[in-house]
Formats: sequence, C-alpha cells, structure tokens
Amino acid sequence: MKAKIIVTPKKAVVDPQGKTVQGALEHLGFKGIGAVHVGKYLEIELPDGDAEGWRKKIDEACHKLLSNPVIEEYQFTIE
Amino acid sequence: MNFAVLQFPASNCDQDALHAVVNVLGHQGRFVWHKEDSLDGFDAVIIPGGFSYGDYLRTGAIARFSPIMQAVQKFAADGKPVLGICNGFQILCEAGLLPGALVRNRSLQFRCEHIFLKSVEKNSPFTGQIPSDKILRIPIAHGEGCYFADDSTLAQLKSNGQVLWQYVNAQGEPTEQSNPNGSLSNIAGICNAARNVAGLMPHPERACEPILGSADGRLIFESLLHWMESKTKN
Repeated sequence: MKAKIIVTPKKAVVDPQGKTVQGALEHLGFKGIGAVHVGKYLEIELPDGDAEGWRKKIDEACHKLLSNPVIEEYQFTIE
Repeated sequence: MNFAVLQFPASNCDQDALHAVVNVLGHQGRFVWHKEDSLDGFDAVIIPGGFSYGDYLRTGAIARFSPIMQAVQKFAADGKPVLGICNGFQILCEAGLLPGALVRNRSLQFRCEHIFLKSVEKNSPFTGQIPSDKILRIPIAHGEGCYFADDSTLAQLKSNGQVLWQYVNAQGEPTEQSNPNGSLSNIAGICNAARNVAGLMPHPERACEPILGSADGRLIFESLLHWMESKTKN
C-alpha cells in the first residue's frame, strides 16, 4: 500500500515558478494554456491493511511536516 | 552577555555570527550543536544563516525538529531574546515561533547583494538603538526570502508594530524596485507578539566592521545588547 501525496502552493501565494513554466510552454508553442502551478509529489510506502487508520496518520503528517499550511495545500490518496 | 550560536548540518553563517558577537562586540559565546538540548547559561540565541538539512522539503522545515529547537521554544517562552538570520528566520517561521513563511524570490533568482534596510519600529530588543532616520546598508544572500502571510496575519503584524525592518531605497522609501524578493509590504524582518523573537533575511553579522563595506549591522546587535543590559540592571 502507498500514500500518494500532492502538495501545491496556495492560490493566494504568488508562484513565480509556475508563471515561468507557463511562459516557457507558451514560448514553445503551447498556446492557450492557463496558469501553471508547480508543486511536490511524495510517495510513502505503507504496510497493507488499515487504510482508514493510515489516512488519519498521513493527514497529520501532511499538516505537521510534509506541507506548510501557511503557504501550501495538500491532497492524497491511499492505494 | 553570553550568546548561543546554533549549528545545524549546513549552517554556514555560524562563524560570522560568533565572530560578530565575540571578536567585534567583545561578548561571550559559543556554538551550540543542534543535537544539544539545553540553553542553560545563555542570555541570547542566534540562529544563523545557511541551508540547514539541504533545504530539503522546505527551507527550515527539518531543522525545527532538532533537539535544540525544543530548548529554543522554552528559551523564547521565558522571554529571552532569539534572533534568526536568513535561514534562521525561515526556521523560526517553520517552528511557529514567528508568523508567516518565506517562499521563493519573485524573480526566482538567488539574490546576493547589499540592500537598504529601514528599521520601522523602535520598540523592540533588536531595534531600540537604531536612529529612526538611519538607513542601514546590509547584505542579503537568499533564494527564498519572499515573506508571505495571509491578510489577517499581515494586518495584525502591522497593527502590533511587529514589522521591524523593510527593504527601502537610498531615500528610505519602501518601493517595489527596492524590494529584492517580492516580500509583502517590503517586509525584511519581523518579531513575535511578545517582541523577544525576531527574524530577518538580511545579514547584519556580515556588516559589523568597516572593512566588510558596512558596519551598519552592529546597530542591531548593539540594540540587543543594550536591551539585555538594561534588563539585567532592573
């Protein structure tokens, strides 16, 4: 079983990386694209079973360490 | 006065900070390794700049779990002064000792240059001896120094006088051009509500002697020393 976690900057936080990537994509000819947001992807290997229990623990881990709630949002799945 | 200068893996301004307080200002101090767990006997703590733990995950995110940071939490709760410089500021924000966060510079560039800094709040242990019309010329060296806080936190910082330093131009005006990293309201440094914990991105320890091109940074350490000495007398 694995936790797959995506951390992205909050909308209110200026994301210069995303803006720069967007500019580069447009420069390459990818016209018509919208805003780009650059975040992080984390995978955590977990023992099989008790997905619900792990969901709570991973949520806590995201809140305490894997993301900074001041500037970032997170979402995750347990598969 | 006795200063603790914390050392994390990949701190790199620790030597400069200890040099400033011991050799330049003539006080006592020593390095405190991040695995130590006590700050007994120290009067002030400096968390120096660097790239603690390789900036893994986020700047300062891992350093805050070091054993010594538990002691810093207690030290701060006791009302004793803690100054975080550059990476030290980032660590204090991650540790929740200061509000807000430092994110990637708006330009995406690592900025390494002298900037002008204005001390906008005299009522703190770190700014009390800085003349209100003095513009400090101090170096910065960071890639993640853009200060961010949500609207209500920012409003609170301003109404409580917790914004201590702003980036300004040579005339002392906080313009967009004088802001090297995109920080909200040109914020270069803040303090906590109790006013004994402060952080700033510029490096005052690198500007304490004329031979380094500026001695303006001394005013920040002298403010702190003056505050500590007057507290001891009372």
